[in-house]
Amino acid sequence: MSAPLDSAAKVATGADGDAPLLTATGVTRFYGERIGCEDVSFDLWPGEVLGIVGESGSGKSTLLRCLAGLDRPTSGRIGFRDGSRVTPDIFALDEQRRRALMRTAWGIVHQNPRDGLRMGVSAGGNIGERLIDRGDRHYGNIRVAAVDWLQRVEIDPARIDDRPTQFSGGMQQRLQIARVLVSEPKLVYMDEPTGGLDVSVQARLLDLLRALVRDLGLAAIIVTHDLAVARLLTDRLMVMRRGRVVEEGLTDQVLDDPQHPYTQLLTASVLAA
Amino acid sequence: MQKSVGPPKRDEAYNFAYLDEQTKRMVRRALLKAVAVPGYQVPFGSREMPLARGWGTGGIQVTASVIGPDDTLKVIDQGADDTTNAVSIRRFFARVAGVATTEATGEASIIQTRHRIPEAPLRAGQILVYQVPQPEPLRKLEPKEAETRKMHAWGDYGLMHVRLYEDIARFGRVATTYSYPVLVNGRYVMSPSPIPKFDNPKLGMCAALQLFGAGREKRIYAIPPWTEVKSLDFDDHPFEVQTWDEPCALCGAADSYLDEVITDDKGSRMFVCSDSHYCEERRAAGHVGRLLGSETGQKLTGGAKE
Repeated sequence: MSAPLDSAAKVATGADGDAPLLTATGVTRFYGERIGCEDVSFDLWPGEVLGIVGESGSGKSTLLRCLAGLDRPTSGRIGFRDGSRVTPDIFALDEQRRRALMRTAWGIVHQNPRDGLRMGVSAGGNIGERLIDRGDRHYGNIRVAAVDWLQRVEIDPARIDDRPTQFSGGMQQRLQIARVLVSEPKLVYMDEPTGGLDVSVQARLLDLLRALVRDLGLAAIIVTHDLAVARLLTDRLMVMRRGRVVEEGLTDQVLDDPQHPYTQLLTASVLAA
Repeated sequence: MQKSVGPPKRDEAYNFAYLDEQTKRMVRRALLKAVAVPGYQVPFGSREMPLARGWGTGGIQVTASVIGPDDTLKVIDQGADDTTNAVSIRRFFARVAGVATTEATGEASIIQTRHRIPEAPLRAGQILVYQVPQPEPLRKLEPKEAETRKMHAWGDYGLMHVRLYEDIARFGRVATTYSYPVLVNGRYVMSPSPIPKFDNPKLGMCAALQLFGAGREKRIYAIPPWTEVKSLDFDDHPFEVQTWDEPCALCGAADSYLDEVITDDKGSRMFVCSDSHYCEERRAAGHVGRLLGSETGQKLTGGAKE
């Protein structure tokens, strides 16, 4: 797994890479009395893929929702850098600017494709919406981009006018990924991108994601409870338990030589196939 | 044929134009704001009117608030002056405001309309009042009111073009034929009420003041005179209006919006101007259509109207 690390390092030292893309500082989110996630701090560099693992209820999704600008953290700051434009805290922006940033600078792949797609709109329309939001008003160009992206996520372009309801679960997930990536974001958040898919479909989706992330030099944060997914896709790993980060480091390091008792339990509980 | 009728006697049991003065002031305040911010939907305290909501209560309240004793009122429904809704509303204002009524577009100072803009160009000083069933152009796409307000506030109208995209993808052209969304003064996307898109080009740079009232939804909006109004489209699929293969069967007009009329149960049909006054004027000026004078034509022009 040294090749991905090398490529990540190469991007990180490029012209764009002399500062972190995303900076989380003491991100804490309470749900009333209960803790969602507490005091999470990290930097994410351009082109880097960060995994967040942990069992159900450990605060992974809460953290992701905060990072992606969907939920306001109770305390803490989330900084974002788009080229030379630095936003010290995305929640200090007004909602309009934050939405614009969410739409142009990053994308979110939801666990359930229904949350990320418009089910009443054709596949082409789903992909085109991000371009239209950006200001594209040329039907032909939008169409060409939609066909291109359907091919890149391995959906037959002949199905461009079909609705997502007519697609299988795996195709819906791939369509969602195309919809997110078409506007060329710098950063992609993925919440259990392979959840609910059968194993063979999962494998193809993982192949696709890995290729896309590497080809486009995307930074990504992937939430998963599947350590195999984490090992395949991520450069760096954070292990969460009860809302706190208990261990973090390079993916292979964390998985092969876990230090925290909880991480040891987690890696030991994976079934050998 | 009834053309213009002098001022009838007003029913003194009602306040002038039915609404009380405070209500009219409230509606006028909303109208002023609507004119100041073209295309913006101003909420107002819609009142109960003596007909069901959805039958033009918004338009009636706007008309009642702007009408004066010297005004001449024309009411059209689907372009025609002689349909039930138009006749009832005209009679209503003749009774409660004692104003003169007319069917002639040029003679009217206030025209209340449903579904059409008159074919004859409007002039400065006239007011066109629209009855609006659904003022929110984004409603079918986004059911949450809080969300549509944000979209308007931020000029976040991408979703509208997704709808147009879907039309072109499915039908090869924008299949929306009425209530076709427009961008007013380069800022607000507005529903032009259910007028056919044939009438959309008349919305922009119009000499008359255009007021829109939605009674059930409690919204008022406006297009001031000489305001730019653009129908939404794609660069490579520009906005187009409907066309017909044949001219009006009664007056031969090739430039007006035509209604299809089924004339028997054997599939015969004819196309006639939807603007009844425009058609009459052309016939009076000597224009002759294919079926004028025929038995079918007489059913439409003859006895029923006199």
